[in-house]
Amino acid sequence: MQVNETFKPTVVAFCCNWCSYAGADLAGTNRLQYPADVKIIRIPCSCRLNPLFILRAFQRGADGVILCGCHPGDCHYTTGNYYARRRMTLLFSMLDYLGIERERTRVEWVSAAEGAKFAETMNDFVETVTRLGENRRLEDLRCKSE
Amino acid sequence: MQKIGVFVCWCGSNIAATVDVQAVSDALAREPGVVFSTNYQYMCSQAGQDMIQEKIRELGLTGVVVCSCSPRMHEATFRKACEKAGLNPYMVEIANIREQCSWIHKDKLSGTEKAVLLGKAAVAKVHLNTPLTAGESPVTKRALVIGGGIAGIQTALDIAEAGFPVDIVEKKPTIGGKMTQIDKTFPTLDCAACILTPKMVDAAQNENINILSYSEVEAVKGFVGNFTVTIRRKARFVDETKCTGCGLCTEKCPQKKVPNEFNLGLDTRRAIYIPFAQAVPKAAAIDPNYCTMLKTGKCGVCSKVCTVGAIDYQQKDELLEREYGAIVAATGFEPISMDKFDEFAYSQSPDVVTSLEFERLMNAAGPTGGTLLRPSDGTHPHTLVFVQCVGSRCDGGEKGKPYCSKICCMYTAKHAMLTREKYPDTEVYVFYIDVRTPGKNFDEFYRRAVEEYGVHYVKGMVGKVVPENGKLKVQASDLLGGQQLHIDADMVVLAAAVEPDKSARPLATMLTASMDTNDFFTEAHPKLRPVESPTAGVFLSGACQGPKDIPETVAQAGAAAAKVIGLLSKDRLTCNPCVARSDELMCNGCSACEKVCPYGAITYIDKEFRGPNRTTLLRRVAQVNPAVCQGCGACTVACPSGAMDLQGFSNAQIMAEVDAICK
Repeated sequence: MQVNETFKPTVVAFCCNWCSYAGADLAGTNRLQYPADVKIIRIPCSCRLNPLFILRAFQRGADGVILCGCHPGDCHYTTGNYYARRRMTLLFSMLDYLGIERERTRVEWVSAAEGAKFAETMNDFVETVTRLGENRRLEDLRCKSE
Repeated sequence: MQKIGVFVCWCGSNIAATVDVQAVSDALAREPGVVFSTNYQYMCSQAGQDMIQEKIRELGLTGVVVCSCSPRMHEATFRKACEKAGLNPYMVEIANIREQCSWIHKDKLSGTEKAVLLGKAAVAKVHLNTPLTAGESPVTKRALVIGGGIAGIQTALDIAEAGFPVDIVEKKPTIGGKMTQIDKTFPTLDCAACILTPKMVDAAQNENINILSYSEVEAVKGFVGNFTVTIRRKARFVDETKCTGCGLCTEKCPQKKVPNEFNLGLDTRRAIYIPFAQAVPKAAAIDPNYCTMLKTGKCGVCSKVCTVGAIDYQQKDELLEREYGAIVAATGFEPISMDKFDEFAYSQSPDVVTSLEFERLMNAAGPTGGTLLRPSDGTHPHTLVFVQCVGSRCDGGEKGKPYCSKICCMYTAKHAMLTREKYPDTEVYVFYIDVRTPGKNFDEFYRRAVEEYGVHYVKGMVGKVVPENGKLKVQASDLLGGQQLHIDADMVVLAAAVEPDKSARPLATMLTASMDTNDFFTEAHPKLRPVESPTAGVFLSGACQGPKDIPETVAQAGAAAAKVIGLLSKDRLTCNPCVARSDELMCNGCSACEKVCPYGAITYIDKEFRGPNRTTLLRRVAQVNPAVCQGCGACTVACPSGAMDLQGFSNAQIMAEVDAICK
């Protein structure tokens, strides 16, 4: 596949408030660069992420969606990230079925102390998504008539 | 339609340097519903806050978006400011354009573009915000301190002093912790026992302090102000209330060959024992792993000699359930195991000891009565080699720890000084990477060791220690002299790195308090909230948060106590109103939400609804207890009918943010 130099992907990052959002803040405090294509949405816990939000992002033109939460065992709400992990596994197989490349969705555990890991993860994810190019937009046919 | 005001902060040049703040406020002014948009140098300053309040009053704003630093930093500030101007605080949203934008992007164009998008997402969210009112929950006015070392004791004493009851849970049969094992303390060289044991007695005698020794925390439920903790009181087979601590049983016990953990296995104790003379509570405990009576049912000497009938071989572990308003973790540290450092021959020769073992060998109450003797043959050592940074400041982290253990430089200087003072015939070498002595009177202390006591400080590491003919052949490099050194030593002392106590990790999981990669507890803010954990109601005291010496530990213990007192002095706490809510008309009572709720906040009631043809229907619907719900949102996704939603992070709000970002 030819890599488009000017292609700027739209990447949505859902970050849990307690670990990953704080990890993202730490990346900022430490001035660790990652592409501006990443936009973060704060959610209280990774288990707040309804898989529908990811499908919605793909409908609206996102090229990649990443979910970041506390490490397994470290969830602020004890068990939230375990639910998130199971739900995302199911979503992955659905996205396979829909023909959205597996690499466009990712789950990563980033603690509040791992600013460097957050930046590395985002750099790597944006690179992967850029390599894949523009995403095929999911469409809700019910909205077509508008 | 909401009337939204947008306030873009420059944060001095922190934001303004890489984000065109004027362009951001201009772009956001064109968003639907935005009636006012501006930028200002420091939004969080009094002038900035005044401006927001003035605009709320002047324009009747129904929503506010502040584009500034992380909401973790100033969300509360701006919410409070808006509340003062009559706006519901939950109508405020923060767009994080500092930590997650200006600080990480160098290109002003893309930084500005991103800031505009983040602002648009926040505006889109505010459109769907609803005013929320915080509920209240009561506060249990009792604190729990986990760990009875100097950190835990000091915290408990300070809380008790303010009039609140405190429980100390200590896993060992006595409180006192590591400090009880230390001989003298730097930089003043006053004896540790002399300053610690009066505090232990104070704690025991304080009517507000309840010491639960030989106990461990088993489970923690609840939330700030309302914790329910299950504590396991391990069977000590001695009735603590009857035992007078006379010690007769410990003299008569026939099982003499139990390694004495208080002296780090350098001598032995009996199966029934009092850890040390000044133990608090001063009550014996039976070690079930060694007691002949408990193992075979034949002995019973201790119960025969006990004049008060305190021995109870039938005692079982007991589970206590108690309520607390605040919890302080004070689990402390331990030296790392020397297993991975066999180049120093720790496992091959008893004359290679760790610094804590050396501390016992120098202690008047230690196995040698304070006379420094080689553990192998009981002779007086003449040449001693101290090795610093054993396991500290190790790159890669496989073998040791990446951090500086902080206390080793000072205690090694102390050991070297005390050795030279007591035994002027000795030669003492200290091998170091760097000598780090920042602290009041610390550097003076170290210089005294070198200048007055003639300790040989050598910059360089010891490569190998080989036991040979009763001597320890030490091979080391002298970096400043540029030569290899070969020293025939009588004893080698290893300054082992410190690590968090093993009990800290499972405890952190129970408390849902976060830890760093080295298993030290994380503070809520490394500079501004150093004694609070990010989990509300959980506080940190002492070395469980990072390596610390005694003065620092005591200072932090007092600080943690002050925070606890602040919390306990409130009668009611306001709860987070961002909790789940069930739409009863949509709920079908399937119980999916109840199963995933980690707090048991969801219950079901049978409720009457209007049915067809003027009938009434009885339907089972979910109800959320807002005081118990912590707002994680697990239920909102589990709900198959979409009845459950999270206030402040509703489905519609998050979708609106997604839409704004993906446009």
